[in-house]
Amino acid sequence: MSFVYEKLMGGKSGLTGFIILATLILVIFPTFLDLFRLNLVGKYLTYAFAAVSLVLLWGYGGTLSLGQGIFFGLGGYGMAMFLKLEASSPENTAIQSTPGIPDFMDWNQITSLPWFWEPFNSFTFTILAILILPAAFAYLVGAAMFKRRVGGVYFAIITQVIAVILTVLIVGQQGFTGGINGITDLRTLHGWDITSNNAKYIFYFVNCFLLLGVIVLSRFILTSKFGRLLLAMRDKEDRVRFSGYDVSNFKIFIFCIAALISAIGGAMFTLQVGFMSPSFVGIVPSIEMVIFCAIGGRMSLIGAVYGTLLINFGKTTFSESFPELWLFLMGGLFISVVMFFPNGLAGIWDDYGHYLTDRLKQLKDKFTTVVLNREPKQLAEDAG
Amino acid sequence: MGEYTYSELGSILAMQGFAGISLFSVLLLMALGLAIIFGQMGVINMAHGEFMAVGAYTTYFMSSLTESYLPTLMPYYFLIAILLSFLVAGLLGYLAEFALIRHLYKRPLDTLLATWGLSLIMQQSFRSIFGAREVSPTLPDWLMGSYQPTETIDIPLNGMFVLALTAVVTLGVFYLLFKSSWGLRVRATTQNRIMSGAVGINTKKIDRYTFALGCGIAGIAGAAFTTIASTGPTTGSLYIVDTFMVVVFGGAASLFGTIASAFSIAQAQSILEFFISGSMAKVYTLLALVIILMFKPEGLFASKVRR
Repeated sequence: MSFVYEKLMGGKSGLTGFIILATLILVIFPTFLDLFRLNLVGKYLTYAFAAVSLVLLWGYGGTLSLGQGIFFGLGGYGMAMFLKLEASSPENTAIQSTPGIPDFMDWNQITSLPWFWEPFNSFTFTILAILILPAAFAYLVGAAMFKRRVGGVYFAIITQVIAVILTVLIVGQQGFTGGINGITDLRTLHGWDITSNNAKYIFYFVNCFLLLGVIVLSRFILTSKFGRLLLAMRDKEDRVRFSGYDVSNFKIFIFCIAALISAIGGAMFTLQVGFMSPSFVGIVPSIEMVIFCAIGGRMSLIGAVYGTLLINFGKTTFSESFPELWLFLMGGLFISVVMFFPNGLAGIWDDYGHYLTDRLKQLKDKFTTVVLNREPKQLAEDAG
Repeated sequence: MGEYTYSELGSILAMQGFAGISLFSVLLLMALGLAIIFGQMGVINMAHGEFMAVGAYTTYFMSSLTESYLPTLMPYYFLIAILLSFLVAGLLGYLAEFALIRHLYKRPLDTLLATWGLSLIMQQSFRSIFGAREVSPTLPDWLMGSYQPTETIDIPLNGMFVLALTAVVTLGVFYLLFKSSWGLRVRATTQNRIMSGAVGINTKKIDRYTFALGCGIAGIAGAAFTTIASTGPTTGSLYIVDTFMVVVFGGAASLFGTIASAFSIAQAQSILEFFISGSMAKVYTLLALVIILMFKPEGLFASKVRR
């Protein structure tokens, strides 16, 4: 039991934070928000997967990936391809010149389903592809880079370039990928209408549980021996290497885990939002994921979730009413968080949170002493 | 390629090659500034594209100003605009270094985020000041038209001008870095910051002027860019990834490497563009670069500096 408590929850403070977050997303949001807003929160929480993955990779691993959008996109596109194939059954697409293939292929004069679309007819394959493909791709990139001791800034630039390549490829190969509009009009999952209210609630809760599960898993990784090595590598890589550890393998492993987590987020994004497009793959979304993580606190798994929620709430509210101000604000946030609060919201809480908790404790003490002082008196009077 | 005759292919190569040279010039001017900042100081300046846009907007501003107040000076304004672009972008770079970058030298990944924030602010400023539409300055007459050595080959004059400008700037940078005493101090600071400080070099001042110089050259790149395409608020961000690839592929601290890699990237892209679609040309070029960099992470010309 104590193993579970320490390793999975991170002790008392970790458990409190976890329970507060779980209550917020599982109880408070569903109770007080209407379905439209709840769906929006669900969408934000899918980005939180990527932010959490960056806590592992960047906060603890010290390796900044500017390409988490790649994996988010791969997961999202995997799910979208399956749903699109289901939506393009020969009956639904009878008006096309080639029935049975997705509509955008028909518009681009493609007459048969491309080979790499075929396996996505199977749901099992799709799930496996979402879990394995991004991680396998991360392994390839990671192995090529980390084995040659390329890291830091170079790694950031190369992952960014890969994100650019993928975006240009998706936009350019319209017939195979749906181009700039992405894969749209996704309706059913095994005949179950994913746009119904019922489905939206279910996906929201599935998403929340997956996210909480990912946080527990990440906590387990970070509190294990591996997590300590990760920190040691970040601070003194050579020292770890000279102690006989294979640094590159650890980095590859954490990069793969981060890819997997982001891909799950991408797949949940497609299910909840009902489409996938290249605008969630490229440089801008990838850097936004980094800023979610940085604002929340690059060393805090739970902080990353709050950072994501906060920035996205801000973005939605501001870009509705003052679209001009938003970029200034976002830019200012980037600069100030890097310069003044390198540990983000979680860091601010760690530094100043005790004022609040101390004050609460004082109030509690005062309350108990007042009550306790009064009680004996009261009792005596009553007795007298 | 079967449907082209040899002479046609030759002309295509010459013309696409020259289109590639225009791209090469802009990429090289951008990359020179970035190579100085990244190679010499190790700072990732994600706002570099926006400093280029500052130069482009300065040129546009000068062109509108001359057109409305001093139309007789139209043939000459462009030369002044280039100088002014350099000064404005350089000054902004100086301020950015003073306010932002100098606090982050020990944290290279954080400079990346902070300068990205700076680029967002600059983009929105462009949008607020000059509008979201793309603008282009009125070019002087001597930049219009083209040079036709044979019937089928058609080389635009503005491309030749940009090439000449690039050559001048590149020579200038070489002179500054390798012949002047200031360049000696910059190189000393790159190689060993602590020792340079100990022998009396003001390394902080060196950093500030190096950053300003890099941004100023980006400003010149912007002025040159206006002769080739129109400028919008997000123009800079379109070129930043390519520019980083040029610098990384060339080998971070090597100016020869930067020139060679700008040339090969621009040529590869523009010649491929003729035969396959523009987007696929970009995909293949970038993919080839990433693969080469995976096998040869130090780039074409490895730097001999110990880090």
